[in-house]
Amino acid sequence: MIVRILGEGQYDLEGEALQALKVADAHCFEMVAGADEAAFDRAFVEVLALVRGRGARLPAERLVESDLVLPASETSLEEARKLFTSHPV
Amino acid sequence: MGILSRVSTIFKSKMNQALDQIEDPRQTLEYSYQKQLELLQSVKRGLADVVASKKRLELQADKLKVSSATLEQEAKQALAVGREDLARIALERKQAAAGQLDGLQHQVEDLQKEQDKLTAAEQRLSAKVDSFRTQKEVIKAQYTAAQASVKIGEAATGLSEEMADVGMAMQRAQDKTDSMRARAAAIDELVDQGTLQDTLAAKGDPVAAELGKISATANVESDLARLKAEVASGAGR
Repeated sequence: MIVRILGEGQYDLEGEALQALKVADAHCFEMVAGADEAAFDRAFVEVLALVRGRGARLPAERLVESDLVLPASETSLEEARKLFTSHPV
Repeated sequence: MGILSRVSTIFKSKMNQALDQIEDPRQTLEYSYQKQLELLQSVKRGLADVVASKKRLELQADKLKVSSATLEQEAKQALAVGREDLARIALERKQAAAGQLDGLQHQVEDLQKEQDKLTAAEQRLSAKVDSFRTQKEVIKAQYTAAQASVKIGEAATGLSEEMADVGMAMQRAQDKTDSMRARAAAIDELVDQGTLQDTLAAKGDPVAAELGKISATANVESDLARLKAEVASGAGR
């Protein structure tokens, strides 16, 4: 699976790393619903670290569509919440 | 359903709006390429904008440093002629300048980060545009119209994604430079009018504002004591 971190680039994640990402992502999403900024930051940093650490970075010249997209690394809890309320999915 | 799937959906709907407008694959090729070149140009302009804003804030910081030194000198002169009241005013203004300087330095760092991000974004986009140009020629030369359509679709989607991403990064940088421009203009005006102390009454948190005032007052008192000692030892010589 190709995962893009907005403002950063694309990574290729497979197998176990992808499973771990799903778990971290679900946890992070729960934090968006809460009011604990620090807890959200921790959860989001974990998601980002997983993608960067266990994914293989794609070269910039590769032209390939991402399967999944993550918001930019500096996204705050407030921005994340806004993102989801202004674009109900 | 987590962050990943939601952001993906939001982001892709943005991207597809741009893609849906074109149907003929050959048109897509040239249209995409034109759009890419335009975007690259505007990223370059955006970068220049950020650099210019940063320069401006740095110049202001220099101005504040000079103004701070002048105010201290004035306070000293006032004390030498026994005008503690004037010295106090000068030192209060010096404190306000120090507060602004702190804020400016943070903003300069902030803009530096935006500059780094945009530089990286420009490099990524540039690499993709180059690679798209090469693929475009290959597709034109080797594929029938039907096959070309599929190939172009893949390449164009990969690139549109990068373009949408870079577009968002530019928007963020633009928002930052706009708000800083407004602030910079406000500081210029305050420096010119010599009414820096007004900005000490920070908006928002009243407790923080009160604490800020208290610590500024303490700093004024300690500056005053130091200058008095300096003036006294100078006069004793």
